[in-house]
Amino acid sequence: MLELKNLSYQVDDGTGQLDILHNVSLTLEPHRFVVMTGPNGGGKTTLARAIMGLIRPTAGQILWNGADITPLSVTERAKMGISYGFQQPPRFKGMRVQDLLELAAGTGSLSRDECCQYLTRVGLCAADYVDREVDAALSGGEVKRIEIATILARKSGLMIFDEPEAGIDLWSFAKLTETFRALHARREATIIVISHQERIIDLADEIVMVSGGSIARHGPKDEIFPHILADTVAGCSYMRQAVSQ
Amino acid sequence: MTKIDAFLLRETAALEGTPKGAYNIRKNGRPDARNSTANIEIITKTDKPGIDIHIRPGTKQESVHIPVIITETGLSEMVYNDFFVGEDCDVDIVAGCGIHNAGSLDAQHDGLHTFYVGKNAKVRYVERHYGQGEGTGRRIMNPRTEVYLEEGASIQMETVQIRGVDSTRRYTKILVGKEAEAVITEKLLTHGRQLAESEMDVLLEGSGASGRIISRSVAQDQSEQVFYPRMIGQAPCFGHVQCDAILMGSAKIRAIPAITANHTDAQLIHEAAIGRIAGDQILKLMTLGLTEQEAEERILNGFLR
Repeated sequence: MLELKNLSYQVDDGTGQLDILHNVSLTLEPHRFVVMTGPNGGGKTTLARAIMGLIRPTAGQILWNGADITPLSVTERAKMGISYGFQQPPRFKGMRVQDLLELAAGTGSLSRDECCQYLTRVGLCAADYVDREVDAALSGGEVKRIEIATILARKSGLMIFDEPEAGIDLWSFAKLTETFRALHARREATIIVISHQERIIDLADEIVMVSGGSIARHGPKDEIFPHILADTVAGCSYMRQAVSQ
Repeated sequence: MTKIDAFLLRETAALEGTPKGAYNIRKNGRPDARNSTANIEIITKTDKPGIDIHIRPGTKQESVHIPVIITETGLSEMVYNDFFVGEDCDVDIVAGCGIHNAGSLDAQHDGLHTFYVGKNAKVRYVERHYGQGEGTGRRIMNPRTEVYLEEGASIQMETVQIRGVDSTRRYTKILVGKEAEAVITEKLLTHGRQLAESEMDVLLEGSGASGRIISRSVAQDQSEQVFYPRMIGQAPCFGHVQCDAILMGSAKIRAIPAITANHTDAQLIHEAAIGRIAGDQILKLMTLGLTEQEAEERILNGFLR
């Protein structure tokens, strides 16, 4: 179970303190598929990074399976079974796809077959990629899919994917939604996906709407989903006008 | 062979004991062991220190190892080794120098390696440098390499210096003939107060010549590195210079690549980048369960592989 208690994150923007997250409290039961959505700049990525430990909240607590992980490092959280797929994954000169998957799996070495399985699940033909370096020669979409494969290889209890669909072509996206569906069907992990895609939202048990650094709505998909469109239209005068016409 | 000798041989030439094929081991300024084969003959020079290595035309899948080890403090030497590689050869040449300096005086190895590579011959040349020892004396290596590639010949040259060498000044010059190819891969890691300077001239002389310089380096602590990779196109040719460097601690790196086209069909490219390890790279590996230090090590190992 993941519990966030009164989580806040402020930064100094030069003119004063700016609230990025404000008093966020959220409880996610084990093995749920949760989609976090909401407007750009609303605080979704910051919230995900705070859970992974990539940023330190200025106030509040994070509990994972009852343990207070707020003071723990990224490494310690990773070892407790938390993983995070970067929105914009870094590239590494000289590190091969296989090396990265092996580090992620944490079991020493992986067979070619095992690597292939992870890569196939993100729509990459393994034979073409296993020995390639994760460097600038790969496209954004390729790096992104390799990033998702590393999270699959970790087999963690809490998997956070930050806009996994970004930069991915339509065919791979279909494969990706299928992979998420299969992952959830095994009920082995809590899955948080930051996404704006209806087909991913459609997989969710719960939706968390993050807006203005707070949780605007949280509940079962069927209850929250109708609000998403309504909120989008209501928030924009042009769209409101278009709908009324 | 002492334990230190064996260790230095392993570090510089990846050798476990005596090598197979032709070899010449030089220890503390003197020839220590040698083996010529039916196709590869090693002869001591009479006019100056060093050896001539003659490789018979058509020799394939054979190797020559010529490691140098120095374990005496205060020793300084200059060695001249000439390689005559016959037409249509396909050979591996492994050189390298390991210094164990336990004393207070400097130990220095300077060398000039000259390669005459015949038509359509292929050479893979590996040169590793390594230094160690608890003494206060410096470990110094100044290698100079000259390569002359005839029509259709190629050399893949890989130089590696990871830790231990206090001061190095390297100069490499390759003349690339018609349809010939030169690839230089240089890997360097300096630390402490070490200094390393590497200067290269790749002259693409013949039509269809190609050249590639790939430099990957890491400078740690207060060490300093300077690179002058120069590619000169004198004919319709292709050349690529790529320098990547990682800075750590308060180290300094200068890279001054130059590409010169003296022919309208010379196609030359250079890329150079110097910077710290990106914070995101370390964080990403930490999310996979590595500590910050482990993450840094993995990134450097990959970079210098």
